[in-house]
Amino acid sequence: MSILVSRRSRVICQGFTGKQGTFHSEQAIAYGTNLVGGVTPGRGGTRHLDRPVFDTVHDAVAKTRADVSVIYVPAPYAADAILEAADAGVRLIVCITEGIPVNDMVRVKASLAGGRSRLVGPNCPGVITPGECKVGIMPGFIHRPGKIGIISRSGTLTYEAVFQTTNVGLGQTTCVGIGGDPVRGLNFIEVLSLFERDDDTAGIIMVGEIGGTDEEAAAEYIRRSVSKPVVAYIAGVTAPTGKRMGHAGAVIAGGKGTAADKYAALEEAGVRTVRSAADLGVAMKQALAAKRRRKRRR
Amino acid sequence: MNLHEYQSKRIFADAGIPVPAGRVAANEAEAVAAARELPGPVWVVKAQVHAGGRGKAGGVKLCRTAAEVAAAAKGMIGERLVTPQTGSQGLPVNEVYVESGSAIARELYLSVLLDRERSRIAFVASAAGGMNIEEVAAHEPEKILRVDVDPAAGLQAFQCRRLAFGLGLEGKQVAEFERIARALYRLYLDKDLSLVEINPLIVTKDGALVALDAKINVDSNALFRQPDLVALRDPSQEDPMESEAAEHELNYVALDGNIACMVNGAGLAMATMDLIKLHGGEPANFLDVGGTATADRVTAAFRLILSNERARAILVNIFGGIVRCDVIAEGIIKAVKDAGVGLPVIVRLEGTNADQARKLLAASGLAITVAKDVSDAATKAVRLARGGAKR
Repeated sequence: MSILVSRRSRVICQGFTGKQGTFHSEQAIAYGTNLVGGVTPGRGGTRHLDRPVFDTVHDAVAKTRADVSVIYVPAPYAADAILEAADAGVRLIVCITEGIPVNDMVRVKASLAGGRSRLVGPNCPGVITPGECKVGIMPGFIHRPGKIGIISRSGTLTYEAVFQTTNVGLGQTTCVGIGGDPVRGLNFIEVLSLFERDDDTAGIIMVGEIGGTDEEAAAEYIRRSVSKPVVAYIAGVTAPTGKRMGHAGAVIAGGKGTAADKYAALEEAGVRTVRSAADLGVAMKQALAAKRRRKRRR
Repeated sequence: MNLHEYQSKRIFADAGIPVPAGRVAANEAEAVAAARELPGPVWVVKAQVHAGGRGKAGGVKLCRTAAEVAAAAKGMIGERLVTPQTGSQGLPVNEVYVESGSAIARELYLSVLLDRERSRIAFVASAAGGMNIEEVAAHEPEKILRVDVDPAAGLQAFQCRRLAFGLGLEGKQVAEFERIARALYRLYLDKDLSLVEINPLIVTKDGALVALDAKINVDSNALFRQPDLVALRDPSQEDPMESEAAEHELNYVALDGNIACMVNGAGLAMATMDLIKLHGGEPANFLDVGGTATADRVTAAFRLILSNERARAILVNIFGGIVRCDVIAEGIIKAVKDAGVGLPVIVRLEGTNADQARKLLAASGLAITVAKDVSDAATKAVRLARGGAKR
C-alpha cells in the first residue's frame, strides 16, 4: 500500500508541451507512471509523447478519467491551473511551480477548502510511490519500495532522506514534498494522518525548516494521534533572523519560526530528532528497532 | 522587496490614507526648501533607509528652524545609518524625508500581513503604538488585537469596528478607521504586498487619524505584474552580493563565518550550514544554486563566494538528481581553473553518476578534496578552514 498515488493513479500533466512539462513527463513515463495525457490550451487534439493533448482539464478528465494532475505551468498562471483542475474534479493536484504570488495562493487555498480535491505544493518536488508512480521532479532511481513514509518542505533534503532510507535497506512507501511556500496545500498534519492509517508505513521521516509554526502544530498532532515512530530534522539552526533562506516560507519573523522552537516542540511530543541531516536513515532504523524491542518486552 | 518610507507614504496618500505633509530631499538645500514649503512650526527630518529602529539610531530629528533642518539633513545624507535591523555595516542614507510635525495625542499600531497558520490575510492592531510590536506581543499579548479576512467575503465592517473599539477609538474615528482599514486591505491585494505596517498610527490632538510612519514590503513573486513598484526599487539598500546572486538566479545570504558553501536546494543549503556549525565551524554564507544546478550557475556561484574575503574554505554539496553529477563536476573543475581558486575546495557529490564525478574530480590535478559523505565534507571543511589557508 501507499498514500496519495499508486500504480492505479491516472495522471495528466498541465503545461504538458512546455519545456519542464515535456522533460519531467518523459521521466515519469520512463519510471512507469500511468501518464494518460496532458493539457496545453490551444494544443487540444494533438499528440505529445505519444499521448493525447487537451485544451482544458475538463476535456482531459472526461476522456482519460484522470484522477491526478501535475502542474508545471509558469507562476503567473499556476493559481488558475490549480483551480481549473479542482473544478474538473481532479482528486489529487500536485503543483511543482515555484514563485506563485502569495495572495494567489491565499485565494486558491480558500477556494479548495471543503472541496474534494487535495493539493500538494506548490514549490515542491511532488509525490512518489516507489516502483509505482512518480508525480514530480524527483530523481526516481534513488527510491526503493519499502516501509518509510517521508514528508518534507524541501526538495533536495527529501532526496537526502530517501537516499539514506534506501541505503539502510528500509525503502519508502510514499514520499511527499509539501513545498517551501508559506501557503500550501497538504501540510504535515494531513500527510502524517495518511501515513498513520497506511498499513505498509512502519515509520515516518519528517523534514521541516525555519519559518511558520507548522512543525509545532505537527508535534502536537503526533503527540495525540500518531503511534508510529517519527524521526524529524529541522533545517536552519544557523539561519539569521529576518532573512529569507531561498524558500519563500523559510524566514524567522516576529520571533516565530526558529529551528530551536520546532525541535523543542517535537522532542516534547516524543519525536526522535536528529541535528544532522546525514543521520536520518540511521535514526529511523534505530527508532524501528526500539519499537520492536518495546513490543517484545510486552 | 522593500520600499522607502517616502514611497510608501506616497502610495498611502494616493489610496486616501492620511499622512503628514512631506517632501523628499537629496541634499541640504532641498531639505531647507522642503521645510519652507511645508507647514511648521516644527519639522521632522527622517533618514530614508530600508530598516526600522531609525529613531534611536539618530535617523529621525525634530527641528524647529530651517538651520536645524539643514544641519539634520547634512548629518544624515551621505552617511551610513546603523540600526538594530541593519547589521553592523548600516545602510547608506541617500535621501531624507522632511515632514511637518504632528501634534500627537495617542500612538497606535496597525499592520496587515499573512497569517501563515490560517492562510489568510490578517490585521494586527495595538493601542501600544510606537513600540517594538514583537516585544509587546511577547510581554503583553493581551494588548494585541487580531482579525483575519475570509478571502471570498473580504474585510467586514464588524471586523473594523472590533479593532477600532479595541483601540479605544470613538465617535467619527470609528468610521474613519474603517475607511483606512479598507483602503489598506485593497492596497494589500491590488499591489501584491506582503506587509503593510503603520507604527505609529497616531490620533492627533484634534482627533484625526494619521499614518506617522509607513512600511511596505512587496511580494517578490508578484513583481512580474507590478511594474510601478519595480520602478521604486533602490539597489543601494540591498546587499550587493545578494543582488548579484539574484541576477544569476542564485539565492545568497551573507553570514559571518569563514566556510563558504555552495549547495543545490534551499533546504539542503541550510542543512549544510547547520552541519558546518555542528562540526565546530561557522558558515560564511547561504547559497542555493537551485534544485537543478547547471555548470554555468556553478561557475557564477564560485565567482560570488570568492569575492567574500573572509572565506577560508569552500564546501560544495550537490545532490544530483535530474542533473548529472559528472556535468556538475566538470563545471566545478572549470570554475576552479578559470577563477584561480586559491582556497581549499571540499566537494560532496551524490546522485546520478556520482562515482564518475568523483573520478573526474580526483583526476583533475586540482586541490579539490572529495568527501565520501556530507558529514565527512563538513569535518574536512572545518579542518581545512582552520588550517589557516591564505589566498
